[in-house]
Amino acid sequence: MAEIRVNPTRMEMKRYQTRYQTARRGHKLLKDKRDELMRLFLDVVREDKALRERVESALKEVYGGFTVASAVSSPKMLEEALIYPKKEGSLSVDYRNMMSVNVPVFRLQVHAEGNADHYNYGMAFTSGELDSALRALNGMMEDLLRMAELEKTAQLLAEEIERTRRRVNALEYILMPQYLEIIRTIRMRLEENDRGNTTRLMKVKDMMVQAQMEQNAMADEDEESDPATGA
Amino acid sequence: MYKIGIIGSRDAVLGFMALGFSVEEAATAEEAAKKLHAMARSQEYGVIFLTEHYAMQLEDEIARYRDLPLPAIVSIPGQEGSTGYGMNNLRRAVERAVGADILFKNNEPAQSENEERNKP
Repeated sequence: MAEIRVNPTRMEMKRYQTRYQTARRGHKLLKDKRDELMRLFLDVVREDKALRERVESALKEVYGGFTVASAVSSPKMLEEALIYPKKEGSLSVDYRNMMSVNVPVFRLQVHAEGNADHYNYGMAFTSGELDSALRALNGMMEDLLRMAELEKTAQLLAEEIERTRRRVNALEYILMPQYLEIIRTIRMRLEENDRGNTTRLMKVKDMMVQAQMEQNAMADEDEESDPATGA
Repeated sequence: MYKIGIIGSRDAVLGFMALGFSVEEAATAEEAAKKLHAMARSQEYGVIFLTEHYAMQLEDEIARYRDLPLPAIVSIPGQEGSTGYGMNNLRRAVERAVGADILFKNNEPAQSENEERNKP
């Protein structure tokens, strides 16, 4: 880890302690967010998976119907039958907030003209297979849109989860250890200074005591020699 | 109000005409790409369906719109039937989010999911 130079002062330590606490709180929140996103995401994906399986097998049958229809009637006729839709499908899009991810919600709006069955052709020149294929396709529309909605949601959630996970990891493995390391360094420096101070004081005291004792000893000597000179 | 678009080979998309989708035929992948971008840029489309055959070849182009809320570009099987590409796509989204494929490899999603969540 890159060494970060900080002033080994109590104030600096206090500041880093506050930052560490903030980081820890943020980390916890982001982790909760990630877990909840994950839960939503897995629900969405599971539903999408089931839906896709259904849609894909249904679509296969529809294509089969169209193939049969195109075999029994001429391509031109088929196109004529289909090309002018009796109704117009469009979407209204709302947005839903899923853990602060905006995901679209599609709602089908069908504008039909006249009587609203889904056969936009006369019955005379077309085959029955076409009818049933169209009916099946028509029934799938809701599913198709729901699938589109779920897949988009899954993609958007996946992106958000990835981003949140990176943030969680950055906090957990980089930022928080770094703060702890800084706090530890400062504390050690302070303790070292403290110890240095204590030993210096003890040394000074020792020196003072020594000096005192020497002085006392000298005074005693003087006292002892004084009566001798007096005598 | 948004339109629903579909791009694919002629045979695959013919039926969708009758549903009132905006149908674009594409004979080649380049053509499909051009039409896809035109649709996506017009901002008029909420959903664009694309047959798997083309979706597979236009992966990079589709990825550009992946993280935008609209349009939703969804692959559907073409006339040749499902190639599993759509499912594969879904699996990759799971991998991207979770970091591992936990939904498709083993068939006990509930258990593996818990394991995943218990990881730090």
